[in-house]
Formats: sequence, structure tokens, C-alpha cells
Amino acid sequence: MSQFAINLIFVGGSFALYIAIAIWARAGSTKEFYVAGGGVNPIMNGMATAADWMSAASFISMAGLIAAGGYANSTFLMGWTGGYVLLAMLLAPYLRKFGKFTVPEFIGDRFYSKNARFVAVACLIIASVTYVIGQMTGAGVAFSRFLEVESDTGLIIAAVIVFLYAVMGGMKGITYTQVAQYVVLIIAYTIPAVFISLQLTGNFLPPLGLFSEHIESGMPLLQKLDMVVRDLGFTDYTGDVSNKLNMVLFTLSLMIGTAGLPHVIIRFFTVPKVSDARWSAGWALVFIALLYLTAPAVASMARLNLLTTIYPAGTTADAIEYAQRPDWIKNWETTGLIKFDDKNSDGRIQLYNDKSESFKQTATERGWNGNELTVNNDILVLANPEIANLPGWVIGLIAAGGLAAALSTAAGLLLAISSAVSHDLIKGSINPNISEKGELRAARISMAVAIVIATWLGMNPPGFAAQTVALAFGIAAASIFPALMMGIFSKRVNNKGAIAGMLAGLLSTVMYIFLYLGWFFIPGTATFANTPDNWLFGSMGYGISPLSFGAIGAMINFAVAFAVSSATEAPPKHIQELVESVRYPKGAGAATDH
Amino acid sequence: MTEHDSNAAAYWSANLRLIVGCLIVWALVSYGGGILFRPLLAGISVGGTDLGFWFAQQGSILTFIVLIFFYAWRMNTLDKEFGLNEE
Repeated sequence: MSQFAINLIFVGGSFALYIAIAIWARAGSTKEFYVAGGGVNPIMNGMATAADWMSAASFISMAGLIAAGGYANSTFLMGWTGGYVLLAMLLAPYLRKFGKFTVPEFIGDRFYSKNARFVAVACLIIASVTYVIGQMTGAGVAFSRFLEVESDTGLIIAAVIVFLYAVMGGMKGITYTQVAQYVVLIIAYTIPAVFISLQLTGNFLPPLGLFSEHIESGMPLLQKLDMVVRDLGFTDYTGDVSNKLNMVLFTLSLMIGTAGLPHVIIRFFTVPKVSDARWSAGWALVFIALLYLTAPAVASMARLNLLTTIYPAGTTADAIEYAQRPDWIKNWETTGLIKFDDKNSDGRIQLYNDKSESFKQTATERGWNGNELTVNNDILVLANPEIANLPGWVIGLIAAGGLAAALSTAAGLLLAISSAVSHDLIKGSINPNISEKGELRAARISMAVAIVIATWLGMNPPGFAAQTVALAFGIAAASIFPALMMGIFSKRVNNKGAIAGMLAGLLSTVMYIFLYLGWFFIPGTATFANTPDNWLFGSMGYGISPLSFGAIGAMINFAVAFAVSSATEAPPKHIQELVESVRYPKGAGAATDH
Repeated sequence: MTEHDSNAAAYWSANLRLIVGCLIVWALVSYGGGILFRPLLAGISVGGTDLGFWFAQQGSILTFIVLIFFYAWRMNTLDKEFGLNEE
């Protein structure tokens, strides 16, 4: 059976499963559409949160970026897990106690202002749409590979499927399908990793394999990898970074962004009790960690395997001949995500760091005339089993897992966007008397609009999937998280302070991002080139990347909110009582409608 | 201040103390061990690299899990001690 047929069986089979569950649990009322009736067990909820959370960025893209950046990109690992600590301690239990549907609803009530609610809706939509762009990029890569088409065609197919899928479900469908998706996703991610870890280190647990001995060379895997990349002019895989400021800010931005993303927070409205909201965050992180502890092993092993494929006789010997290239390179060439350019016309594939000044001399001596193979970072995880020559069914499995990751998150985000528009914007203010049917229709139309925009921008994304998603986190970090946290931990922050803070955080962050990555992410409109010396403080060697600015935006948000609040009147008494009441679990009851 | 209010205030400050303690550990393993103090930990080798690298790629994640479960367990106990639990 051809690989294409195997992929089709795995992807088709897993889809049939999700759709069957979605139909079986079809949302009846609007309340079920949003929060699944408030009665999901914490472990199941943790698993569904993990599926919601681990998107194309975690599954498809992250290990590829770690493989390329080594230690420096550990930020993704710490940032995307550390946020759960903040969520569990600073937000989830209190928001559950508050017991409403959406994040803007909390902000609107706590800051007793429709305008605050509007601003929150705007923040939420901007963050979520950016997030969906990243998902579409990842889903596009996965579809283009498994259908063997151009990456743009893959993207459009992905958009249609995500839309159909999200419209059918609603939260109730999604909670159960997401448990199924989590299972598919985690199996798909770990099985190839186990095989590869066994091949390279003899240890069947990838997280331990990472720190074990490389069988072939008899030296520790990471040392071997350092040596191989050094021979090709790259910086050491485990090497330290000099710009620690940016590394800290980027990690912080991902962490607080995690705690500010509406589609994750909304999950904690669905557990029965406040104490369950706390456990649920812990379970979510356990399920997430299964992938996140495997990812760094996948990254280092894939990088080593890739370089060994290109230099089969060692990095000091000749590279492989283009005519002899393995099938996986041919397959990925059809998608346009791997490109070969024989710059020195010797018929061999030289892959090395042609940007390194100190390596130029060695390259010239070896007759190399520039790097000849461009490999898109986003393909590494999906190509990993092929690179390691694993059996066809493992390759089919990883295609199914990658699509599960992209689909589940995109669907969760579209739901958050649609509830913001239909519930917060239309029902909350424009037309409070809208019928249930009308509200559902508005929800579906806003999903369609969001996905069209995301797909269009996803054709020329502002970065690799995980980087685009990191931007969304920056935006959520700068706008939503501070407002939620101040709403719970301060009785003094008032409506004016919260609105000014959210606007200051949102605008400063979005501006900074657009300056370097193009206005509204439209290609070719960037004001400055996105290079480290151009960034703020770049001339001092401590440049702050647009990906890291969310942490600064959050600080601006806090500072402005406190300054404005202390210059204006304290919130009314009933609001102070509301703050008081969310702090104590007693009397929480089920999540309520108005 | 009524008895109920002072009880609630004590509960809240116990919660805040617990949060601050947990967040100190949270910051120490990630921003400390994983990033800023990595040069200081360079002498301690772990499987072909150093302790800082381990914290950045594995150690902090494991610590985060322990922290959340510890916090959930402590708070659920505090809820009952202060009589502020649900039901």
C-alpha cells in the first residue's frame, strides 16, 4: 500500500471518529454551545484543555524551532507550561466562582462598564485571530504534505475543514471530541519519538534518551549534536545566549499570555466546583507535559538525524548526492517547503550555516558556495518519522495527530471569537432581545469571517506557526491577563483604570509588533526590518523582539491602570463586594446565565 | 469587623502567602535555573550538558506540575479549615 493511502486511512479514520462524536453530542441550547452545561469532570476537563491548548504550534512547529535554535528556544517549553501555574493560582478558581460564560462578561461586570466589556472583546478578537493564523499555517503544512499538494492549496483545504468542524460542534461536542483528539495527538507524538530514542540511545523514554549516550559514537547525545552542528558552522546546540533580557521577557510573555487566553480560561467555567478548577489546571498541565517533555528530545534527535542524512559519512566527508536523496526530501519538495539549489554545481547537497563569518574560510576550502538546502522549520516534526526510516503507519499516525492538534485549537478559538461577537457584542449591547436562533446564526457568521481573514493572512504568515502563535500570546498577555488579575486582586482598580490599562497594553504591543512584522500582518508593510539590532535596546545587544514585547505591554497595562485608578474615584460598594465574593469558594453553584 | 469578615480576611491572606511562596519557586526554577543563573550552574553536568539546560528543557516543567498540585491540595484544605468550601 502506498504511503498516501496509509495517510488517508489514518487521517480519514480519526476524522470520522471526531465527527461521529460531534454528531452524537450535538449542542442543543445556546448554553450548551458555550459551556457544556457546567458539569465536566476535572480529569476529563484537563484532557480536553490539553487538546484545546496544544495546537499546531506545540505539535507541528515547536520542536522544529527548538531543533533550529537549541537551548535559546527552550523559552517555548518553559513559557507554554509555566503559564498554568499562574492560571491555577491567580485566575481559574476565582473566575469559576464568578460563574459566567465569557471573559469579557467578567471584565464588564467587575469594571461595571459596557465600554470595558467592548475593549475586552476587541482584545480577545485580535489575540484569537492572530492565534488562528498560526494554526492555519500549521494545518496548511500538514494537509499539503499528506495530500501531496502545494502549501497554499493545503491551507485552503484546511480552512474549509476547520470551519465545517467548528460550526458543527459547539463546546459540548468539543469537550468529548477533544478528549478523543488528545488521545490521538499524544499517541501520534510519542510513538515516533520512542522509536527514534531507541534507535539513537537505546532508551525507550525520549525525555531520558535526551540525556543519554549516543550509541553510534559512544558520547552523550547532546555532546555529539554540539560537535556535528559546530562542524557545519552553526552555534552549539546547548550553547548559552547572551541576550538574557529578551529570553526572560519572551518566556514571561508566553506565561502570562497562557493565563490570558480566553479559549483556555473558558475551560475552567465548565468544571462543577471551585476546588475542581484548581485540580483541573494541574491535570491539564500533566497531560500537556507528556508532550512538552518529549518535544526537546524530538528536537535534538531530529536535528541529528537530519544532518546525518545529509552527511552520511560524517560532517568532514562529502555531502550526499542530490540524485541519491531519500524519498522524504522528494515528497516535501512537492509542497515547496524544502528547496534545493545547487549553488556550486557539484550535484551534492551542502547544508551549513553560510551566515557565519568565522566559518566562511572552511566553507571556501571545501568548495562550498552557500547553503543549498532550505528546510522550513514547521515540517520537522511531521518529517521526523520519515527521516528516521520508520514504518509507514507511524508516518500516517503523525499526520493524523498534527491535524488533530491544529483542528482542535482552531475550533476552540473560533468558538471563543464567535461567543465574543454573538454573546458579548450583539446580545450584550447591540440587540439584547436577539433570539437564541439569531445568536447562533451570528456566532456562525463571525466564525466564517474570522477563518477567511486568518486563511488569507496565513498564506504569508508573520512567522513559523509557533512564532505567530507566540504573538497572539503577547497580545493576550498585554491586554487581558492584567485586567483579570487586577479585577480579582485589587478592589481599588476602577472602570477608567481598567479601560485605560487594557488600551495602553494592547496598543503598545500591537504597534510594536506591526512596526517589525508589517501593519495588520500584511506582507511588505513593515516599518523596520525585523533584525535584532533594529529592536528596542538592540544597539546595546539587549534587543527586545516583537515576540517578547507582550511582557512589557503587560507592565504598561498594570502601571497605567493603577495610575488612572488612584487619580479617580474608588469603585462603588457593590463592586467591592463582588470582588470579595469571588475570593471565597463558598456558594459558587453552577455556572449561571444572567 | 464581624467574626465572619475577620475569618475571610485571614483566609485571603493565607491564600496570598501561599501564592507568593509558590511563585517564588516558579520563578527560581524557570527564570533562575533555566535562564539567568545558568552560567553559575555550568559546573554541574547532566547527561552531556549542564544543569541550567536541564532546568530549561525539563526541570521547570516538572516543578510546575508539583507546584499546581501542591497549591490545589493546600487551598482545598484551607477552604475547609476556614469553613469557606462549597456545599
